[in-house]
Amino acid sequence: MAPLDRANVDTDAIIPKQFLKSIKRSGFGQNLFDEWRYLDHGEPGIDPATRKLNPEFVLNLPRYRDARILLARANFGCGSSREHAPWALQDYGFEVIIAPSFADIFFNNCFKIGLLPIVLDTSQVDQLFREVEATEGYRLLVNLEQQSATTPAGESFPFEIDPFRKHSLLNGLDEIGLTLQHADKIRAFEEKRRVEQPWLFG
Amino acid sequence: MKMQTLYDKLWQSHVVHEESDDPEGMALLYIDRHLVHEVTSPQAFEGLKLAGRKPWRLNSILAVADHNVPTTGRDHGISDPVSRLQVETLDQNCEELGITEFRMNDRRQGIVHVIGPEQGATLPGMTVVCGDSHTSTHGAFACLAFGIGTSEVEHVLATQCLVAKKSKTMQIVVEGNLGHGITAKDVALAVVGRIGTAGGTGYAIEFAGSAIRGLSMEGRMTLCNMAIEAGARAGMVAVDDVTIEYLRGRPFAPKGDPWEKAVTYWRTLKSDEGASFGKVVQLDAVSIKPQVTWGTSPEMVTTVDGKVPDPTEIADAVKRHDMERALKYMALAPNTPISEIRPDKIFIGSCTNARIEDLRAAAEVVRGRRIAKSIKLAMVVPGSGLVKHQAEQEGLDRIFREAGFEWREPGCSMCLAMNDDRLEPGERCASTSNRNFEGRQGPAGRTHLVSPAMAAAAAVAGHFVDVREIY
Ligand code: SF4
Repeated sequence: MAPLDRANVDTDAIIPKQFLKSIKRSGFGQNLFDEWRYLDHGEPGIDPATRKLNPEFVLNLPRYRDARILLARANFGCGSSREHAPWALQDYGFEVIIAPSFADIFFNNCFKIGLLPIVLDTSQVDQLFREVEATEGYRLLVNLEQQSATTPAGESFPFEIDPFRKHSLLNGLDEIGLTLQHADKIRAFEEKRRVEQPWLFG
Repeated sequence: MKMQTLYDKLWQSHVVHEESDDPEGMALLYIDRHLVHEVTSPQAFEGLKLAGRKPWRLNSILAVADHNVPTTGRDHGISDPVSRLQVETLDQNCEELGITEFRMNDRRQGIVHVIGPEQGATLPGMTVVCGDSHTSTHGAFACLAFGIGTSEVEHVLATQCLVAKKSKTMQIVVEGNLGHGITAKDVALAVVGRIGTAGGTGYAIEFAGSAIRGLSMEGRMTLCNMAIEAGARAGMVAVDDVTIEYLRGRPFAPKGDPWEKAVTYWRTLKSDEGASFGKVVQLDAVSIKPQVTWGTSPEMVTTVDGKVPDPTEIADAVKRHDMERALKYMALAPNTPISEIRPDKIFIGSCTNARIEDLRAAAEVVRGRRIAKSIKLAMVVPGSGLVKHQAEQEGLDRIFREAGFEWREPGCSMCLAMNDDRLEPGERCASTSNRNFEGRQGPAGRTHLVSPAMAAAAAVAGHFVDVREIY
């Protein structure tokens, strides 16, 4: 687990706009938190191996190199609707983000790609920050099935998740396919609408 | 019958299917209008194609390139190859699938949130989505309008629906008359300052009260646009005569008989008397002064007669830390009077403030004046080709040019600097856009959010100044 000790981390910080010009869905991980992670300015197409890492940025500290859980502060992911932000986090290697609160669109986008955002109380998040910073090699065990996050000391924090979202995450379902199972219902709804509000279909 | 809020009505009238009996659970929501731009759509179109799917309803979609387009020299095309590829990809996808698109050199082209309403493609009672957080803008027309991610763009393309969760409701009531020179932008910033950037998280906000009813549609759009800056995915305003008059005769709006029928329905789109909201916030219009942000989040805002705050006075450690970091980034000392801050560049534009009324307000301030010598660049980027045309008809372009402003082609421009318009490291900007995040207007650039009149006043004075002293 890696601790990112800032509130209101916005999507421009998670993945700066110059990287949004890509028409692909992958490869954003190398530019995750680009302006904080590197000392030089990043542009698309620059080989990250040639760039200067900011040794002080938390993800660059050797002890957090392989983190798969990101611990964050309130209102994580605020700002734009860019799904490139969760793409970058996932592509980098994160599977879970824990924070006291998330911005709505970001939160929603995470589920769409199989990244799990977990909301815990501020006091619990504070405790996790203290523990992870104090202990090298700190590992938190997240169990989606049981909806719990367990510390190395065995303390367990339960978390909430919408049952439909949980089901989709656990089974890796194709949401579009699921919705299309209701195609008849959608058509019927649409027809009714066409009669009642024909101007919507002009 | 239970009293309903406007949001309840909009939600309920679009539910196709409920995933569970839990009213708080996920529902399948029908989408009436899907706006598309070049940045968040290519992967969605690709996904659609890979799955062998087609758009469900073509005439629900309207596409435009706005984020990457240059604001000068359009005859030469787009010089940055990566930007060009993204715009061309949109053109190609739209052409292949038969989607209506306003291309870069179409005079109807502009920022997606400006052209939707301008065309009447945004109508009351609709659900409106776009892969862009400022879709909240369209809620000014009593729509349920919100931003979505790329997976959802694909979902709407394929199914005309979204799986969504109902929000809580918040009512923000602004009563009284706004002072002379005080605009919707000042109200929006005052709201964000009051409830914070996470204050609206999980909520859909309805703006109400006499000050809101007194706003033009342009003003209401500015306000709903920034609902997202208060954390709310959607902002909205009830239908009234102002809404209806704005829409009359717009290209995509109904005409003749259907128009009459539509208007009758639209007039029901308001919260019932006595409907209850999850939260109510009240603001007194008379007390709202011109707002200027000093930090790197829209909630870091104060009034033009105020000062940069002092972190040592903040008890909460996380907050204090954020404030210190913001002041360092912004190169501002605590207790500096706002009026002593001197911008290098002036940006009048964006989906928040690039409509005709915004340009008129700014032109009013600069008329017959010159921008200060210390200003390196002042630019006006109209929200759409039609706004630009209208402004030119009114002679506003001349007023700006004579004052030393550049008059540009429409697009997002320096709101997020995906094209060539950007701040150089360390430069300070008075901007009418909506986000002052680190690097938003260019790496290491420094943004102060203000209204168009305030940006114009700063251009003339060379530092922030209370626009009420200039008018
Ligand atoms: S003007 Fe700015 S905020 Fe609006 S859509 Fe464009 S980039 Fe986004």
